[in-house]
Amino acid sequence: MAVDAGRYSLTLSRRTRRRKGVNVLMQALATLAALAAVAVLALVIISVARRGASALSWDFFTKNAATFGQSGGGVANALVGSLVIVGLATAMAVPVGILIALYVSEFAPPRVGDLVRLVLDVLNGLPSIIIGIFVYGLLVIGSGQAAWKGSFALAIIMLPLVARATQEVLALVPSTLREGALALGASRWRTVLGVVLPTSFGGIITGTVLAVARAAGETAPLLFTTSIAANAVTWDPRQPVLSIPYDIFVLSESPDPADHARAWALGFVLICFVLVTSLSARLLLVRYRKRLEG
Amino acid sequence: MEADTMNVVAPIEIAQPREAPRSASDLEIVFETRGLTVSYGKAPAVSDVDLSIYRNLVTAIIGPSGCGKSTFLRSLNRMNDLVPSAKVEGEVLYHGQNIYGDGVDPVEVRRRIGMVFQKPNPFPKSIYDNVAWGLRVLGMKDDLDSRVERALTQAALWDEVKDRLKKSAFGLSGGQQQRLCIARAIAVEPDVVLLDEPASALDPIATSKIEDLMHELKNEYTLVIVTHNMQQAARVADMTAFFTLERTESGGHGVLVEYDETPKIFTQPADKRTEGYVTGRFG
Repeated sequence: MAVDAGRYSLTLSRRTRRRKGVNVLMQALATLAALAAVAVLALVIISVARRGASALSWDFFTKNAATFGQSGGGVANALVGSLVIVGLATAMAVPVGILIALYVSEFAPPRVGDLVRLVLDVLNGLPSIIIGIFVYGLLVIGSGQAAWKGSFALAIIMLPLVARATQEVLALVPSTLREGALALGASRWRTVLGVVLPTSFGGIITGTVLAVARAAGETAPLLFTTSIAANAVTWDPRQPVLSIPYDIFVLSESPDPADHARAWALGFVLICFVLVTSLSARLLLVRYRKRLEG
Repeated sequence: MEADTMNVVAPIEIAQPREAPRSASDLEIVFETRGLTVSYGKAPAVSDVDLSIYRNLVTAIIGPSGCGKSTFLRSLNRMNDLVPSAKVEGEVLYHGQNIYGDGVDPVEVRRRIGMVFQKPNPFPKSIYDNVAWGLRVLGMKDDLDSRVERALTQAALWDEVKDRLKKSAFGLSGGQQQRLCIARAIAVEPDVVLLDEPASALDPIATSKIEDLMHELKNEYTLVIVTHNMQQAARVADMTAFFTLERTESGGHGVLVEYDETPKIFTQPADKRTEGYVTGRFG
């Protein structure tokens, strides 16, 4: 044969065989790493659910902790407490967060906007225990704990999350829409209110929901601000109230094995809440993107 | 040379004035720019433009890419204010008053001088609300329904959308969206409508609808259109201004070469550069 078999060979040579081997190995490692992440999440959820399942009951959700020496009891006050604290924190953080985002993307000169974004990222990176101590020093010393003080601490944690998420969706709003509104003789603020904000509504909701999910699980900021609570359901934000994450901590420190089961069960409730909120936020975002892209 | 030019230009269809040619001196001047230079940072995009735009005429601005036509157009309603580095020198007199003068509010300028953009940019709202939004913002809330209907009718869109006014504007075709944007702009009863390549993103049928529309609209409004499509300028415009890019050591900037009645620009241009452009030898 006149064809040079070596030069045009399509089978693997030794060198290409080694390259192929490296390729297969790295692909396998990367796949394994991704699987590990999924496995960790699955393991956490399964183990928490298995250990907590025995404690889940009607009483668990509707009763407060049993008094010392008695069996039974639940975590109703912690559930209500978390609802109060996180709800109030959301009410504080969302309007301010949206305003910050509007300032950064609509009104600030570019350099100032970059600076504010950097500050938000730094604030987001602050350890939550520091924020807890800060609020303790600012609000708690001298006047005692209260649910709203815990909310204030959580709001500081939520603020950069809401502001950054909102600012990112505002950046997605095409500038041609703003121009269209301004060309009609609308002021900047009317343009923001009538066109920019409604367009980014879905993204703002997503950011808010993710921030709520994060805040619901925060323990450290509540330690100093709303932890010494009465064993009763209270909706009054001026009272200190118990919260889900702090109650998990308290229950797990208890000598009673039934309390340990309750801690797991409460952990399961918290995980479910975070999962549901995060997933629904993702779904919202997908739907919103579709709408924006027409 | 003259005959040669005529031959090359002949295939372009030129708008026939419907009445006897009006001499420019009889017409009311809406805009008069004096030494208008717009720069981004230090580089001028368009330099030293003196141009008068007349009432109830369609004025086309043509020229090659980068010659500053859009920049010039956007300086007529202070849209360039939105670009932080943009700087305007010279004067833009609108009915005699400088729109860049002290005490002039850009929001007030834009309510009188509307704009339609290159890409259709309907708001993510219903068809009705797209037109009604500007009316509500400007407090023209009396008889909202009939104002919306009138604007959509003027924009030759009413018959196509009257049964789905509450549906999203994104469901419309590109050409319909652009006519919706025109309806939105004229609903607030501006004096002038600026159109920045309004048909460049549209197919030929939608384009011809927009062009027909311009013939109608000039009875009520003064229209200024930027286009890179010479045939379009020849078809719709009464007056045509030709801009070109003048190369300099530091890059280049747009200049106004020639401004005259459209037939003159396309058949007997005074400047060699205009002739080169309209006959397709350059640009």
